[in-house]
Amino acid sequence: MNFDMGTYGAYIWPAYGVSALALIGATVWTVLAWRRAKTRLARLEKRI
Amino acid sequence: MQFLFRYANPHNFMRLSGAVLPFTAIATALCIGTALYLGFTAPPDYQQGRTVLILFIHVPAATMAMTVYGAIAILSLLSLVWRHPLSDTAARAAAPFGALFTTLGLITGSLWGKPMWGTYWVWDARLTSFLLLLFLYLGYMALWNAIEDESRAARAAAILALVGAVNIPIIKFSVNWWNTLHQGESIVSGALAPVFLAPLLIMMLGYLLLFLTLWMIRIRTAILERRARNLMQGGAA
Repeated sequence: MNFDMGTYGAYIWPAYGVSALALIGATVWTVLAWRRAKTRLARLEKRI
Repeated sequence: MQFLFRYANPHNFMRLSGAVLPFTAIATALCIGTALYLGFTAPPDYQQGRTVLILFIHVPAATMAMTVYGAIAILSLLSLVWRHPLSDTAARAAAPFGALFTTLGLITGSLWGKPMWGTYWVWDARLTSFLLLLFLYLGYMALWNAIEDESRAARAAAILALVGAVNIPIIKFSVNWWNTLHQGESIVSGALAPVFLAPLLIMMLGYLLLFLTLWMIRIRTAILERRARNLMQGGAA
């Protein structure tokens, strides 16, 4: 794998960095929301 | 249509998506990993040099931005015509991901534009219609949150989504209809060398699978939240 971007590194790495951050962030946000909803429903069902 | 309705009721959706999710998650990781490997081992483009690497993340993001909006428009039509119970939930759940892909398309496009065109932004037809897509997503999500009555909010958002769908063919064909700085279509026309086409197509598949995985989880979350709300109100889920 070639990670030498020459003079274009200032454009390529931010593009990959922002994409990785956004997609990983969306994944974490989605999974956490799912876990929260699951826990809340389980707690409610236990109470009723 | 009967098939769609049978498998798209909340109970069947939870069962089916629960079984499919592990496979789509693994396939997503495999596709994105393979595309990154092929992309970073590909030689520099004879014209664009190593900035061709941005192609592998810009095109999938832009394609998904339009695909997700298309899905929202179809689901909105289903909602308005057939009052399908899951279509509103699915459309609403897709919107944040569509907005995210649109933002990524704009940012990566700008970062590609600067070294290639000498500018981060121009108000040409492709870029402007794509920016309009982001505003459509933001408007769609704002409308859902602005109206308290969920059925009224769903109806208003569905109408907005259908009206906004006019923008999708405008984005797609803007490079043919107007004289733009943005390059024309290069996948179907065969203008892209196989060494770049392979990582691009695999990354596009990876982005699609990632969206489907996150979308299914988001719909499942919305179904659980609705059940919880019904329990709080003393009704049946």
